[in-house]
Amino acid sequence: MWKFIVRRTALAIVIVILGAFILYGVMRCMPTSFVESLARQRAAASATTGGKTYQEWLAELNEAYHMNDDVLTGYLNWLGSVLKGDFGNSWKYGIPVVEKFNQVIWYSVVLNVITLILEVIICIPLGIQAARHQYSGFDYGITVFAMLCISLPTFFLATVLKYAFSIKLGWFDLYGIVGRYHEQLSRSGKIWDMVHHMVLPTLTLTMLNVGGLTRYTRTNMLEVMNADYIRTARAKGLSERVVINRHAFRNTLIPLVSYMSYLVPSLFSGSMITETLYQIPGIGYISYEAMVAGDLPFTMFYSVFLLALTQASLMLADIMYAVVDPRVRVN
Amino acid sequence: MSENNNINNNNEQLALDDGRRVKVLSPGMMVFKRFIRNKLAIVGIIILAFMFAFSFLGGLISPYRQDQVFYKTDSANKEFASAVVNTEYRFLTEDGSPLSTLVRANFSRLVKDAGDGDISFDADGAAWTVQRLGEGFYSIGTTKDLATVTLLGKVCDVKALDGVELSDAVKDAALQTAKAGGGSFEIDGQTYMLTKGKAKTYNLGTVGEVAIASLLSYDAHDSADTGVISTYAFRRAAELALRSGETSFEADGIKYTLEAEEDSALIFRDGEENPLASVSRIIVNPVTSGVFLSVDYKAAVSEAIADKQTAFDYVNADGVTERHTIRMRGNNYIIYTEQQTYLIDMYAAPSWAHPLGTDDHGMDVLTRLMYGGRISLLVGFVVMLLENLIGIIIGGISGYFGGWVDTLLMRFVDLFNSIPYYPIMIIAGAIMDALEVPPYTRIFLLMAIMGIMGWTGVARVVRGQILSLREQDFMVATEATGIRVSRRIFRHLVPNVMPLLIVQATMGLGNIILTEATLSFLGLGIKYPLASWGSIINAASNIYVMTNFWYIWIPAGLLIVLTVLGFNFVGDGLRDAFDPKMKR
Repeated sequence: MWKFIVRRTALAIVIVILGAFILYGVMRCMPTSFVESLARQRAAASATTGGKTYQEWLAELNEAYHMNDDVLTGYLNWLGSVLKGDFGNSWKYGIPVVEKFNQVIWYSVVLNVITLILEVIICIPLGIQAARHQYSGFDYGITVFAMLCISLPTFFLATVLKYAFSIKLGWFDLYGIVGRYHEQLSRSGKIWDMVHHMVLPTLTLTMLNVGGLTRYTRTNMLEVMNADYIRTARAKGLSERVVINRHAFRNTLIPLVSYMSYLVPSLFSGSMITETLYQIPGIGYISYEAMVAGDLPFTMFYSVFLLALTQASLMLADIMYAVVDPRVRVN
Repeated sequence: MSENNNINNNNEQLALDDGRRVKVLSPGMMVFKRFIRNKLAIVGIIILAFMFAFSFLGGLISPYRQDQVFYKTDSANKEFASAVVNTEYRFLTEDGSPLSTLVRANFSRLVKDAGDGDISFDADGAAWTVQRLGEGFYSIGTTKDLATVTLLGKVCDVKALDGVELSDAVKDAALQTAKAGGGSFEIDGQTYMLTKGKAKTYNLGTVGEVAIASLLSYDAHDSADTGVISTYAFRRAAELALRSGETSFEADGIKYTLEAEEDSALIFRDGEENPLASVSRIIVNPVTSGVFLSVDYKAAVSEAIADKQTAFDYVNADGVTERHTIRMRGNNYIIYTEQQTYLIDMYAAPSWAHPLGTDDHGMDVLTRLMYGGRISLLVGFVVMLLENLIGIIIGGISGYFGGWVDTLLMRFVDLFNSIPYYPIMIIAGAIMDALEVPPYTRIFLLMAIMGIMGWTGVARVVRGQILSLREQDFMVATEATGIRVSRRIFRHLVPNVMPLLIVQATMGLGNIILTEATLSFLGLGIKYPLASWGSIINAASNIYVMTNFWYIWIPAGLLIVLTVLGFNFVGDGLRDAFDPKMKR
């Protein structure tokens, strides 16, 4: 068992390092790099005072940002400093990458945790009811609703919600996490302001995710309901409530929990499209901005963070399977 | 199929009669029967059929091209003409020759302060006299040398210049005047002038009007008459008549009548109803070159300005009444009128010609939705095929061989799987932007990248299935009969995975369409002038468009939702149909 864990961990590390190399290479291929636009900006700013030309700035900045190294050397340098625990300063935001990450990650976590809780509250009862009345009108309704949620494009849903609630009804602001007068509000007012701005993003994310979990609950519940022990329970004369809650639902919890454990990494990876559309300064939106600007350290950090997160969750799932299910044999 | 044959063979051996024969369906037929009993799946099929018809036939039926730009004419209140009250004198000479600049300058300078009095000045070696004949109307006269008069003691002589003949009476009068020390005298209604020259000589000349100066401008109603009204005699007579308030005058033997009104007047040939010319102090010029202003129009403007009106109606040559407004700018009057302009028909509201209006480029939204649907569906299918092709090959090989090949390929899959999707797509989009990839090439590159990023799921499924299938008896049989490896994998193993793959591919198609739409929405996918449903909704990222022009982005979004829903319904129906456990 230990041998398996060690081997799996080593493999994960290799994958993270290789994946980071691919990302680094692709980032360096980006044609309009951060350095070029900065050089253009500075050349334009100093043009009137007879300062350096674009070419001179470019050469100097390339030197300063170590862009003259070839991809492999650059990557190894980056990897070296990362191993020492230094992810460097973000080019776009001008502060250490980890600090920026700390500032923004909690917006994403809060957004996703609330979404996850709402999802569980909505989906599990719906899924169970749909399974209990299979092929009824209610079941069809739930199925169509779930399918519709799966089929919604994020940007369209977000735009429709903005159109309805922000523009037509005027209940919420279009963008941002804080309102215009945020600074003048009291402490509780500030929190309320942020909650108010979180409503539409949460609604969007919840609607997008509700479909999958409802379908999953329904399918698993159906399988359990066809099992022999449910028939036995009914034959014993147990009430329907007891059959569903005690015997059926408890057995669907196993696949449900494993399904939701897959969702945990997504709490930290943020939801890039939703955050970008609502301009919530979570990790998704901030890293999107960094990527578009060609901010190498921040993009690398975010990508490697995602890589490591994915690998860790996969590894955990593998190990958990091996631990929990005696039929799965490692090696 | 083989199962089916077995059953048939059994039937023959048992020789069942028709009454006892069990009706047996082929597995494919059973799947089909189960599928068509699923209402949602049928709804999905109908939705998809509609979408395909809309996209692929719609483009043929639509009268417009996808990149056809529509124009409209719009009327706007624009500057049409400018008018000014003339303060510059206009000169007309008797013989039609232009008056020298020096004379005109002297005249203009002196006339301002002259008031009612006559003025005189020297220019071009001659003396000039200006006589005021009326308000803003002057007669300009000059001396014309005729002879030199010499007075030397008793010798008196009048020597006529070449080509001039003087009557004796004139000569006598000249001598008399010379003796008196110069001056002017009049004989036969002609004024003669004797001015002192060198020493004891005098110059004899006539004083005569050579030009008239006026602030009025004349416009002939018929351009053929321009010559008539430009003659000296006509102008002089007309001006005099105007000043004296007469209603008729005669010039060159023709009688004219006059209708005067403050600063302007109309001149008629005697007995005619249509005016010959209009006279006004107000000069009207078109603002843009190449526009001809009719005399009627100029007269209308003059009249309106004289009456201090701010607007007037004018019936143009086509008989349409136009409303013109007058505004002052400095000393100028600017005349505005509604004018037709040719514009790109942006954000047109839905109409019969454009059922969903036009977009920000002035293109028909419905037509672009049809062509966009082609691209969205095409991208979906091509990417799905590409993913499955790569996935089946890699998954098949990995699952069949197992061991180190499996480990290596699966770690490769892991690596691919853990590379974050959107960072790669954003970078790829930026690279394609910078290289200015043509729109069509861009679609193919996009499909290739999406395919390459998406095959890992298929590979995992194929490998997982094959791992369990390869242990089954029929594989032992293929090994025993010596079928070669590639045939074993792709003819015997992969077809068994097909039902699962078909279900996954159908559901996946919806996802690919969603991903492509998202990329196009972010501006990383399909580019103008081509369209996809996602790039059409991109217009809504502009708040102005989102707020005011729902008909541009909502239909595109509904099409995406319906199409993806259709694929999901069909995929779900297929899964239920393939899965024997799901009994109905």
